[in-house]
Amino acid sequence: MKLLEQQLRSLRSSGRKALVPYFVAGLTPDWTQHVEAAVLAGADAIEIGIPFSDPMIDGVVIQEGVLRSLEAGTTLDSICKDLSSLSTHVPLVAMTYYNIFFHYGLERAAGKLAASGITGAIVPDLTIEESREWHDACDADDIATIFIVAPSSTPDRVALLASGTEGFCYASARMAVTGRSADAVDAKRVIADARAISDVPVYVGIGIGTPEQARDASMVSDGVIVGTALVQLILDGGDVRAIEDFIGSFRLAIDTAPARSDFLSDAEE
Amino acid sequence: MSESPSFMSSPDARGHFGEFGGRFVPEALMPACLELEVAFRDAWSDDAFQLEYRTVLKEFGGRPTPVTPLPRLSDRLGLELYAKREDLAHTGSHKINNVVGQTLLTKRMGKTRVIAETGAGQHGVATATAAARFGLACTVYMGEVDTKRQVLNVFRMELLGATVIPVTSGSRTLKDAVNEAMREWVSCVSDTHYCLGSVMGPHPFPWMVRELQSIIGIEASAQLEEMGVGTPDLVVACVGGGSNAAGVFAGFANTSARLVGVEAAGGSAVGKGSPGVLHGMKSLLIQDEFGQIEEAHSISAGLDYPGIGPEHAFLATSGRAEYESIGDDEVLDALKLLSELEGIIPALETAHAVAWIMKEAGGAIPKGSKVLLNLSGRGDKDVAQVREILRGER
Repeated sequence: MKLLEQQLRSLRSSGRKALVPYFVAGLTPDWTQHVEAAVLAGADAIEIGIPFSDPMIDGVVIQEGVLRSLEAGTTLDSICKDLSSLSTHVPLVAMTYYNIFFHYGLERAAGKLAASGITGAIVPDLTIEESREWHDACDADDIATIFIVAPSSTPDRVALLASGTEGFCYASARMAVTGRSADAVDAKRVIADARAISDVPVYVGIGIGTPEQARDASMVSDGVIVGTALVQLILDGGDVRAIEDFIGSFRLAIDTAPARSDFLSDAEE
Repeated sequence: MSESPSFMSSPDARGHFGEFGGRFVPEALMPACLELEVAFRDAWSDDAFQLEYRTVLKEFGGRPTPVTPLPRLSDRLGLELYAKREDLAHTGSHKINNVVGQTLLTKRMGKTRVIAETGAGQHGVATATAAARFGLACTVYMGEVDTKRQVLNVFRMELLGATVIPVTSGSRTLKDAVNEAMREWVSCVSDTHYCLGSVMGPHPFPWMVRELQSIIGIEASAQLEEMGVGTPDLVVACVGGGSNAAGVFAGFANTSARLVGVEAAGGSAVGKGSPGVLHGMKSLLIQDEFGQIEEAHSISAGLDYPGIGPEHAFLATSGRAEYESIGDDEVLDALKLLSELEGIIPALETAHAVAWIMKEAGGAIPKGSKVLLNLSGRGDKDVAQVREILRGER
């Protein structure tokens, strides 16, 4: 079992629901300070978005963030260089589109991520059917390959993806690109399907924009991912303090949620 | 049953043509891609579906389109030229072949709406046309830059009852229209089919669209036989994503004919590109040193695409087909020459293929060669733009 999954399983065993914020790397010159602020405010892992020119699954907010970052000259190498100054010890997970790694060279990219302290990667346009080469490259560097399950995934596909994913299983809260709000309802069926065949942690993302949505999602899962709302805050000029407040509000909502057993029956309906 | 020859046969089970193709899409779209593959396989091997597809193309689409000898241009260039007249198909280009197939398939899958991307507007107009004919709702995504270059095509789509959505992200051209259509498809996949316009995207699209376009090559091959011409020495077609080229190549892939695809110099994925992954496929793409996709630039909106269909990438790397490029400045002369000598105003996209033939007659194309030009579309849509450019030159 890869390091990331060991850590995230321990987190679950400790009774804590994971809060995973997403940052567009290089969006501002001080982006690593934003990451540190989020960790101080209660983030358990960080999703680091590596900008790609054609972000197919992202809505307008993250598109804007990615565009600004690219205009500032962000590259995989510059991100890894920035990460060397990051002083935090929560797991770091890369999120980008396959062409970035494919073009860089799969083994070289995996090695680069590992050397920068990244222990997992989410590649939303890399289907499990096409993932073998990337998976092999990641194995050599103990990087977890994380797959997304969608509300449209059939039970067979959820089983395939939940068995193949490492670290955690990323459950998309709704059928949409990032940045459209959701209740957690769309995700319940796939969470139940995933849990039926694997005890890998399941986190909910894509559609989590408010502390209330994060609380509701955390009650049916092991953690939540928040992206667009945070990127919007930073696009609007939010500083380190604003990020701490933002993450703090999500942390509080998740930690004060009722126990999940109240909701499991709901998920299994 | 499919009648395409064995060289351009089916891709492997996961949609690969050699190292290219495959499926690189968000999981949210995988079930739809799988459903589509099953539906197309089932339909394409169903005689009743084939009959309906061919009947609609005959009665509504204007097929078969003729093969026209081009005597005056032939004399001028010292070649024996023939044109497969896709410009005479309904809506003015080969695009109708694909959309008739995909809208029939949409109905067969029980879906009620189609979405499409469009560059020059030809595929958008064709999709809106077929959607109107078969009673499907239709939304077309078009880069904002292209909506301005092709104002009349936007109006045509609206007349046909479609909604046109200008895309303002990225370079605001075809590549961004594809991104936006994919994003929209994620949120409406249960009742909506994405009617992709070229031999690109995730499996089964590159294969399915080539099959639906192969009627061009199959007809042309039979027509040339009937005319006593036999197998041409060259088959030439313009290439953006590459659907008209794939369609005509499919009829000649297993013959001795040289197959030549002509790209726009500013969008030359074979000439300037390298392997990469975009829009659901692994293919040749124009990208920078970091793997960021670069913007294509062409006088013709339909060739303004930084990639090429994966089967073309395979045909290029395997050497079965050649890919050349033509700059904007060479295109207008070709358009004028074909208009003046043969009474056919070609689309700017098609004019790239004409320009290459003009340029290479007696060079890469030996004198006396029998050349089949796929005349993929008519130039009506481009007349205002060409007029502007020629005025500017004076």
